[in-house]
Amino acid sequence: MLAVEVEHIKKHYGEVRALDGVDLSIPLGGVYGLLGPNGAGKTTLVRILATLLKPTSGRARVLGVDVTEDPGAIRRRIGLAGQSAAVDELLTGRENLEMVGRLYGFDRVEALRRADDVLERIDLAEAANRTVKTYSGGMRRRLDLAASLVGHPELLIMDEPTTGLDPRSRQDLWDLIEELVEEGTTLLLTTQYLEEADRLARQLVVIDNGKVISRGTPNQLKAQLGGDVLELHLEDMGKIRLVLEQLEGLGSSPASVNDETGLISLTVGEDTGAVVEALRRLDQAAVKLRDLSLRKPTLDDVFLTLTGHAAEVSEPEPATGRRRRRKAKSGDRP
Amino acid sequence: MTAHAAIDPLRTRPEGVAGMVADIITVAKRNIIRVFRTPELLVFSTIQPIMFVLLFNYVFGGAIPIPGVEYINFLIPGIIIQTATFGASNTAIGLTEDLQAGIVDRFRSLPMARSAVLAGRVLADTLRNLWVILLSVGIGYLIGFRFQAGFVSAVLAILIATLFAFAMSWVFAAMGLLTKTPEAAQAAVFVPIFPFTFASSAFVPTETMPGWLQAFAENQPVTAAINAMRYLVLGESEFLNLNSGQVVEALAWSLLIFGVFFYVAVRLYRRSSE
Repeated sequence: MLAVEVEHIKKHYGEVRALDGVDLSIPLGGVYGLLGPNGAGKTTLVRILATLLKPTSGRARVLGVDVTEDPGAIRRRIGLAGQSAAVDELLTGRENLEMVGRLYGFDRVEALRRADDVLERIDLAEAANRTVKTYSGGMRRRLDLAASLVGHPELLIMDEPTTGLDPRSRQDLWDLIEELVEEGTTLLLTTQYLEEADRLARQLVVIDNGKVISRGTPNQLKAQLGGDVLELHLEDMGKIRLVLEQLEGLGSSPASVNDETGLISLTVGEDTGAVVEALRRLDQAAVKLRDLSLRKPTLDDVFLTLTGHAAEVSEPEPATGRRRRRKAKSGDRP
Repeated sequence: MTAHAAIDPLRTRPEGVAGMVADIITVAKRNIIRVFRTPELLVFSTIQPIMFVLLFNYVFGGAIPIPGVEYINFLIPGIIIQTATFGASNTAIGLTEDLQAGIVDRFRSLPMARSAVLAGRVLADTLRNLWVILLSVGIGYLIGFRFQAGFVSAVLAILIATLFAFAMSWVFAAMGLLTKTPEAAQAAVFVPIFPFTFASSAFVPTETMPGWLQAFAENQPVTAAINAMRYLVLGESEFLNLNSGQVVEALAWSLLIFGVFFYVAVRLYRRSSE
């Protein structure tokens, strides 16, 4: 049995094609990442798998059960967390989880026992009897994840679990996710952050405009991108030509110049030797640098490379280096 | 699945209707806790009936002589049905807030009875409305209101009002599912509320209205509920045209409204997953 099998699934809203023929198969165990910019169709796909939405056409099976044939059976065995589902602000953490437990079908005693177990595990035991509106963003996100754990799900679906979180909370959530996976839970995770996908997922699918545009392991994806980029900002723009000559033969592809900013970029991948060599050569040629940076490829780069258009990222990214920003068009369909 | 089988025996919720009732109670309990933790809502839904009873009694009381009847005894049934209709509109607003906050999606992802999301909300709002009805009666008592037709009629009067509030909550549940955001719901609910509550027998006898308005006022559900309550408060009255048939009429309206809007609301709820 597979955790998820999706065959040519489509979801159309009139003319809008939120999903336009997606195929996917996710084995049991481990983390599977669904990567894409806002409006790519990630949330739509997640909502179909969590039985919140019916597909327009195609077939989707979750834990061997067809989403349209027996959604109730799927709901008993999955958990959903993230932007697609929420917790109640006016209830305490414990009351939220007790309610979810009751709605999973447990009696009061069992629901409370599970609530306390999960609160302990996500480190919210001390805040258990406070209303959620007093919680920080990170605590809410943990409680939201807790709600999806009450039913001991075989498949956990997390929709952008760390969007908007500070680095510390993000790290905590990642640790928790890794713990769950070690215990055998299968996890499907959507994210806008390459870094997150890289850290957690064994397999990735990149979707854009409702279609799968790439899939593979994080390393395969990064190989497609070429890896780390060395960026040089010259003191004297007149020396651009000289620098490009000096850099010849280094990196995985020839250095390029951004016409607007005058920045010179060299994709060096994992080869730190290339960085050292580049700097040595520039020093010898007496080229002065105003600024220098080595940055990870960002999701922007993924999309620029794979689709030819930049990602529309609305949240501040933890990634280093510059970002291309564009106005967000339509978000994911609710 | 082994894990699945291992946890199943702990799921003690019964199948079918009993399970559905359990889910409705769970959701209603959550909504009632929310009311108690929203002091604004609690305070305003308490102040409103007090204000209405006092204002209408002392503002209109002197101007509207109704032979043989104390105005307060005429007024209270009108105020109660009006307040219950206003109170029921909270169903629309609460539901849209839940939709927007993602709580409804949380419910949808759980193995619970689908109808419990709507029914639990309506049940909680009806209980809150019952509290407001009893409160209005209490305030009325302080300034001279008395049930004239005995204890059984008094209980029936409160039941009629509560049933009407319940039916109206389903109307507003459907409106909430149509409007989708609290802001839109807030504006939309007044469209039915004002004509139905004011062009009714709530504050003045309908005979005083122009013919065309009278025709509407006398044949709409709010008037039917008010007249039924009034009959149960005052007893039979030839002058006010009150008789036991109005109780049947009010019951029929409430059941009809419930039947139609339950169906519409459930359809709209289902459709939002397509």
